[in-house]
Amino acid sequence: MLKSLKWKAILYAAITVFAILLLMPTVTSQLPQWWSKVLPSEKIHLGLDLQGGMYLLLAVEADKAVESYVEQIKNNLGDSLKERGVPVGKLEREKGDRIFLEFSGAKEKVDNLLTQRFGILHELSPSEAGGVWKVQLILDSKEIEYAKKRAIDQALEIIRNRIDQFGVSEPEITLQGTDQILVQLPGIRDPERAINLIGKTALLEFKLVDEEGNVDEALKGQIPEGDLLLYQKSPDPQTGAIRKIPYLLKEKTLMTGGFIKDARVAFDEFHEPYVALEFTDDGAKLFEHITGTNVKKRLAIILDNNVYSAPVIQEKIAGGRAQITGRFDMKEAGDLAIVLRSGALPAPVKILEQRTVGPSLGQDSIRQGVISTLISAALVVLFMVFYYKASGVIADVALVLNIILTLATLALFRATLTLPGIAGLVLSVGMAVDANILIHERIKEELRWGKTPRAAIDQGYHRAFITIIDSNLTTLIAGVLLYQFGTGPVRGFAVTLCIGILANIFTAVYITRVILDYITLRPGVKTLSI
Amino acid sequence: MELIRPDTRYDFIGKKKFTIWVSGVAILLSLGSFFFYGGLRYGVDFAGGVMIQIKFSKTADISEVRNALEAMGSKDAMVQNFGGENEFLIRVEKSSEDLEEVSQKIQTSLQERFKGKGLEVRRVEVVGPKVGKDLKQKAFWAVGLSFLGILIYVAWRFKEVAYGLGGIVALFHDIIVTYGAISIANIEYSLNILAVILTIIGFSINDTIVIFDRVRENTKKMRKENLETIFNISINETLGRTVLTSGTVMMVVLILFFFGGPVIHDFTFALIVGLISGTYSTVYIASPVVLFWEKHISRRQRIRR
Repeated sequence: MLKSLKWKAILYAAITVFAILLLMPTVTSQLPQWWSKVLPSEKIHLGLDLQGGMYLLLAVEADKAVESYVEQIKNNLGDSLKERGVPVGKLEREKGDRIFLEFSGAKEKVDNLLTQRFGILHELSPSEAGGVWKVQLILDSKEIEYAKKRAIDQALEIIRNRIDQFGVSEPEITLQGTDQILVQLPGIRDPERAINLIGKTALLEFKLVDEEGNVDEALKGQIPEGDLLLYQKSPDPQTGAIRKIPYLLKEKTLMTGGFIKDARVAFDEFHEPYVALEFTDDGAKLFEHITGTNVKKRLAIILDNNVYSAPVIQEKIAGGRAQITGRFDMKEAGDLAIVLRSGALPAPVKILEQRTVGPSLGQDSIRQGVISTLISAALVVLFMVFYYKASGVIADVALVLNIILTLATLALFRATLTLPGIAGLVLSVGMAVDANILIHERIKEELRWGKTPRAAIDQGYHRAFITIIDSNLTTLIAGVLLYQFGTGPVRGFAVTLCIGILANIFTAVYITRVILDYITLRPGVKTLSI
Repeated sequence: MELIRPDTRYDFIGKKKFTIWVSGVAILLSLGSFFFYGGLRYGVDFAGGVMIQIKFSKTADISEVRNALEAMGSKDAMVQNFGGENEFLIRVEKSSEDLEEVSQKIQTSLQERFKGKGLEVRRVEVVGPKVGKDLKQKAFWAVGLSFLGILIYVAWRFKEVAYGLGGIVALFHDIIVTYGAISIANIEYSLNILAVILTIIGFSINDTIVIFDRVRENTKKMRKENLETIFNISINETLGRTVLTSGTVMMVVLILFFFGGPVIHDFTFALIVGLISGTYSTVYIASPVVLFWEKHISRRQRIRR
């Protein structure tokens, strides 16, 4: 009996020491060099509500990516039909995933082309009237799913890239559900800037200005066929009011930002920052061709449908370099360079949820939380000793150990501690107090019925154990289900609660028992200080 | 030391005619408040909208902030004092416009207007309407499923559906009363309050199980007594523990209430209500439900068989 007790005591002591070692990195940052080589150096991660930072939930508008994919297929189809000499009446994209095609002549020719080169399109309701065919083509549903998934994966990668270049320590960028991206940036100083950086689509386009078109007419709504009206936003240097300058542009995009190899901030002779672009080899060739064939025309540089500038092409530009000028400050130019370097998002993203906690508020929350927790912990500890005397001290050991074990487990599994998480911790500590009270009250009851201390402890633990298991397991079941089906804060609560309950069963039932046994198994113990 | 004398024999169950009225009134008040206010006052977390918490390092008046917001054309913005001096909460409950834009506009124009007053933006929450709805739904299902889990486990462990039902009815009672208190006190229903509700569920079921467990033990020992007497004896026997546990936890929560700071003030208020209700409901809701079920429903089934 005594021997098995000794082994139990050693095992429990080892667990306790291990838990304390796990917590060391959280408690102090000044650990010796060798620590990280031998022992885990994971800290308890504080949630953004405690340490300050930004939480951003984005939805990728993947439908838009499908739309532009269909648009691209439509253009290819148009080119192919032209090549084969099919007289095409109408060729338009309908809804998000359809193409409407009107042509005259032999249908087999078109059907052949479709099966050979456009297998991802399905034909819907073809009809013929007077030699003119009307066909609706729909994109294959698997292909749609694939295009969406690709867009989301790309968006995730690009956002990761941008944040890396922005320079935030320990950012977390993860996919949530099927089409949402969760971005967590701890300790960020300038949330607005980060949002602009992350949320910008950054689609860079080069289009020609329509020199013949009449801008005034277009402003009244009469936009010539094949043209489009965009604006340049220019702040007045004196008043700061933003002026919108209209531009009438040719709809066709000559080149996009997809050919960018590098983008950097540079300064002109007036020390104004601008963004210098360097194209890939293919891009350089394309740019040379575009500028060569359009000398003396104006080429507009457009980012996310805003015209940045529209300089006149003076001569053919070789060497694959271009620049974006505008009225930037240093930060804006830097951020623009980052988004251009990391590429355009394949589809726009929408901000669903944004939560930012300033660093000072997080500190306040922690400080007040810690102070009131310490006060209440001290009172509980004192109360147990006051009410249960020596046995109360043992119960206190169990309580403290319960908290240590729970926090150590959090550190071990790299779980995050949030405000709702602290609520879960408080609940589990409350249940730990209850478990100790249950055991002690039961032992007292057994003593009252005239049992010896040894028998009373045996019976007390035995009976209270059933109660503790039932009440803790019931709560644990609720906790597991909350974790499984809850989100965010509900999960944070459930994690600490579940760990706390498991720690509770271990400390309240097993550890206190070993200590009590150790004391009472010595010969000559007749009374119990309880 | 004994807080409760071992020979204590209160007739708890005998008071149930009175306590049914107490619970009835509490629940009616709660439901009445829901109807009167048209449901809970959902915070930004659930309703969607913008919330900005600001603090000035120099003295500032709430009317100044209001004027500033009006001047920039934010008519829907509500301002309230928050916690300490010179700290305010701005809230915009709008779900149609681009909320992110609204939030940025308010922040920039306030920064400009209060340049000399050391304005600090301490917290910003922008929640789209869809996210709030999602959260509400998921929280509802998570709680619902955990209730089902509790019901099944308790019914299995006590080999009687009645006990599981008693526990769940008590939980419903506690949740309704706590939500009622939140509604009457006009506290905003946020994610933190949801965490309180979850905590109350935990405490309440724990308390119920402790007494049910003693009933289970005593039923084996006292085969001749009727169930009502056994419940009374069991409640009395565990009274010491109930008072000690509830007292200790209440003490902790009261400390948090008075010293925990403004962020968790509402949180602890709801917790206090829920704890009182949770302890009360074990004796006066869970136990009578079991007794009622055993008396009127189980017995009839047995006779039929």
